Amino acid sequence: MIRRLGTWLGLAAACAWSLAPFAWQVLTSVKPQAELESLPPLLPSTITLVHYEAVFAGHPFAHLLLNSFAVAACATALALALGSLAGFALAKLRPPGRAATLAAVVVLSMLPPVATVSPLFLLAGAAGLRDTLTGLALVYAGFALPLAVWLMAQFFRSVPDDLYIAARVDGCSLLGAFGKVMLPLAVPGLTATGLLVFVFCWNEFLFALTLTSSTAARTVPVGIALFPGIHEVPWGEIAAASVVATAPLVLLAAVFQRRVLDGLTAGAVKG
Amino acid sequence: MSARRLRPDAWALMAPALLVLAAVTALPTGYVVWLSLNERALFRAEDFVGLGHYLRLAGDARFWNALGNTLYFAAVSVALELALGLAIALLLARAGRARAFAYGAVLVPWAVPTVVSARIWEWIYNPELGVLGYLAGTPVNWLGDPVLALHAAIAMDVWKSTPFVALLLLAGLQGVPRDLLRAAAVDGAGAWTTFRRITLPMLAPVILVAAVFRTIDALRVFDAVYVLTGGGPANATETLSIYAYRVLFQMLDFGYGSALAVAMLAIAGIAALAYARLLRGGME
Repeated sequence: MIRRLGTWLGLAAACAWSLAPFAWQVLTSVKPQAELESLPPLLPSTITLVHYEAVFAGHPFAHLLLNSFAVAACATALALALGSLAGFALAKLRPPGRAATLAAVVVLSMLPPVATVSPLFLLAGAAGLRDTLTGLALVYAGFALPLAVWLMAQFFRSVPDDLYIAARVDGCSLLGAFGKVMLPLAVPGLTATGLLVFVFCWNEFLFALTLTSSTAARTVPVGIALFPGIHEVPWGEIAAASVVATAPLVLLAAVFQRRVLDGLTAGAVKG
Repeated sequence: MSARRLRPDAWALMAPALLVLAAVTALPTGYVVWLSLNERALFRAEDFVGLGHYLRLAGDARFWNALGNTLYFAAVSVALELALGLAIALLLARAGRARAFAYGAVLVPWAVPTVVSARIWEWIYNPELGVLGYLAGTPVNWLGDPVLALHAAIAMDVWKSTPFVALLLLAGLQGVPRDLLRAAAVDGAGAWTTFRRITLPMLAPVILVAAVFRTIDALRVFDAVYVLTGGGPANATETLSIYAYRVLFQMLDFGYGSALAVAMLAIAGIAALAYARLLRGGME
């Protein structure tokens, strides 16, 4: 009984610790300006949406949201397409040298972004891709690919070989067997991989900061980091922008909880 | 039907992915080494200086300061994340009916974008209006003091990254055979003995993987600390990534900045080697 109580207290503490900082930001975003200039009060006397209005009226924030969404969606689609093809080939066709290929993929996933930011800045400039959504999406797809290849190889490995061989014996082409038989079976894996890649792209900061220079291609994290304040830091507006930038991800994580957990732990636990 | 005959197709299917990987990650990695061997101011031709930048690096006190900050940040935050993550994983494993809610709550810090988490904590740490100073009962300039600032950054990272560790360890816990735990209970082992003699040893491989993943991530920390403190006060929270970014994009010194980037690469390489050894150990 006492042990049960301890577990519940511990769980409550863990949940509170996880939720409190973000909850405080949500509270800040709906507090009237006057109540942000002193503490206490902890809780707002009334709930106001002026900070949200200010974020969308006074800044190109809607444009940044659109940029973020476009870049993350394109990069995720590209990484999933290329990653599932490569993952399938590695897991089911077992080409010679696949162990070395997988090892190389893992090593590439550990590259510190700052190590490649100066060459990518110069290369993107030479290719005319600086300050474009295309350039950013390509870089994100490249940086997410190791994860996508690795995860998809893990998920395809759990689909029985027989199904693939049966499809080929029945006259399916290689791509037919992949698209009609293997891919539908790998939908949970695709969802998990897609979620992790999308979250990575939505959150990325260093490349977004260095490869973009204007609203044309700037993404939400850069907007929030460089949030302009004329006289003092506009905490209410920053809080509102933070909540808007985070809400889609918290929603995705809640709806696809099982898939997110699968993706986070695949490979690391199963070996 | 032999899969052997189909092998050439395998490389055709992998080619697009390998091509993008080569262009976006492998090629720049080679290019950055070349850049580090040259003097290159923006808009000027390159000038080969060989290992000159690396000699400068060896005597650069700011580099050693950044390296020290990075190692301290990584060591302390990863240790705390493992300890806290293990505790939360053990709690989550007993969550019962509250499971969905508890998992969801723990996932929130993971889902918060890093830049947003820096802004959240910057507001919490605010010297006059921050809720932490209010709770402490006295205003404290958390981010204005060199020692406090580095630890404030560590606390933020622990908040943001512990969920990943906890969920990884939870998955590991679910792999511990129930029979073994039941057998221990039948034999009269207490909770602590069972944990130390059965759970912990069975969990060790997953703990190692979590430690390596988190260490690699913590060593390259950039956005969290850059947005929270900008590397200050007086470079007390300047990590290697932040220093390299500043030399590259604020001082526009692509040669020396690239040498710093290669130093980062070397550190990541050491961590990756450790991981490869671990992985091989796990496969056998």
